[in-house]
Amino acid sequence: MMKLFHSLGKYITLMQRVISKPKNSSLFRRQLLLELEKVGINSLWLVIIISLFVGAVVAIQTKYNIESPLIPMYLVGVASRDSLILEFSPTMLSLILAGKVGSSIASELGSMRITEQIDALEIMGINSASFLILPKIIATTLFFPFLIILSMFIGMIGAWIGGLSADVTTAEFLYGIRYEFRSFYITYAVIKTIVFAFIISSVSSYFGYYAKGGAIAVGKSSTKAVVSSSIVILLFNYILTDLILA
Amino acid sequence: MITINNIEKKFGNNHVLKNMSFSFKQGKTNLIIGESGSGKTTLLKILVGLYEADSGNVCFDGINFNEMRNKQKRLLRQEIGMLFQGGALYDYMTVEENIMFPLTMFTTKTTSEKLNRVNFCLERVKLTNTNHLMPSELSGGMVKRVAIARAISMQPKYLFCDEPNSGLDPKTAILIDDLIREITEEYNITTIVNTHDMNSVMQIGDNIAFINQGEIWWTGNKEELINSNNMELDNFVFASKLFQRLKK
Repeated sequence: MMKLFHSLGKYITLMQRVISKPKNSSLFRRQLLLELEKVGINSLWLVIIISLFVGAVVAIQTKYNIESPLIPMYLVGVASRDSLILEFSPTMLSLILAGKVGSSIASELGSMRITEQIDALEIMGINSASFLILPKIIATTLFFPFLIILSMFIGMIGAWIGGLSADVTTAEFLYGIRYEFRSFYITYAVIKTIVFAFIISSVSSYFGYYAKGGAIAVGKSSTKAVVSSSIVILLFNYILTDLILA
Repeated sequence: MITINNIEKKFGNNHVLKNMSFSFKQGKTNLIIGESGSGKTTLLKILVGLYEADSGNVCFDGINFNEMRNKQKRLLRQEIGMLFQGGALYDYMTVEENIMFPLTMFTTKTTSEKLNRVNFCLERVKLTNTNHLMPSELSGGMVKRVAIARAISMQPKYLFCDEPNSGLDPKTAILIDDLIREITEEYNITTIVNTHDMNSVMQIGDNIAFINQGEIWWTGNKEELINSNNMELDNFVFASKLFQRLKK
């Protein structure tokens, strides 16, 4: 328990160092663009493929479970839409991105730590935490909402294809995804995504930044980053859902 | 000149540095030598401000580092160049970007001025036309030379080198030693080299401090080292048969 509080304190102290005005704005912009490419653009294909197939499977499974003459087929559209917008795109995809982006951030910073690149920054008098971590946090919190909205859209296409293969007509599906749609669901999903993006980037940075030892330590910090950020995401998913929807 | 006064450092129950005092002279290559685990790296990290000493102080040209204001500390750090054991080049930047990095961060020079300085530094370490190579494309010796070029890009007053010859072939090691000595004399800077390479000691040892079990056991220059009667020092320096013959 004491170890947990110690880590929490260390994490808060690190975040205090991270949130400071960049010393050189042109270098900061450059770092930010690099991070946007690494955490955002490079995750596009993963998001598209996963969302497409999960959307299709959700539609087929929903159709399979509600197969009854008393239940209208447009409910396949309703159920797919709500599952994708409320849970799959913001939460499940964030968990997947915690694996991809989180491990990449932790291993990058861990490698920089063990090869003394972080020490080199500190000796120059540069706030290494802010210089290296702040662009990662901003890039993820800026780009993840776009990824999640894209995931919702692609997921719907997948659900439509899946629905077609399960004999749900396009008209029924389109009626379903528009039926009693509440735009607040999108706001809820985006709020969750921003929080999750911050968790992924900051928790992974924490584990990478304080990596000690050699290559094995970098691997361990990467694993810890993914596991810890996933647990924190699940915890905050519950808290946010309770706060916003309950 | 850098002086350390009564430096003490403990890690838990491990007393790493015990009451250390020494002066590192300007315009000379000052060497810290000693066995692995003797406290050399800890001392170097205290000197560059990565570790804080439990007691004692470090003075840069007579000014106590601990008593400096934050702004003074920041300015002092810009006068420090550091050559790390593995080079510590930023692996997502080219050679040119690595050397230009401190200039972009701390100066208001134009791009062409910065580029001139980068080319000058690269020429100084005999690595012209390597501007656009990535660190992964360089050999071990080249990495060290680029790291030296980055360390001198801001025209430092103090140069710190941590094991500059580790992992290098003898010919490249001599090249690096010569470069360190030339730069020290040319710019009249205070250079501190942390090493256990005896060839370096004989090549560039102007002012040497031998550390053993966390204490400074012997100080002097390379000529005095050959004639010393300190048993611990002899056991360390003249461990190889070649050096034993040299002493005789």
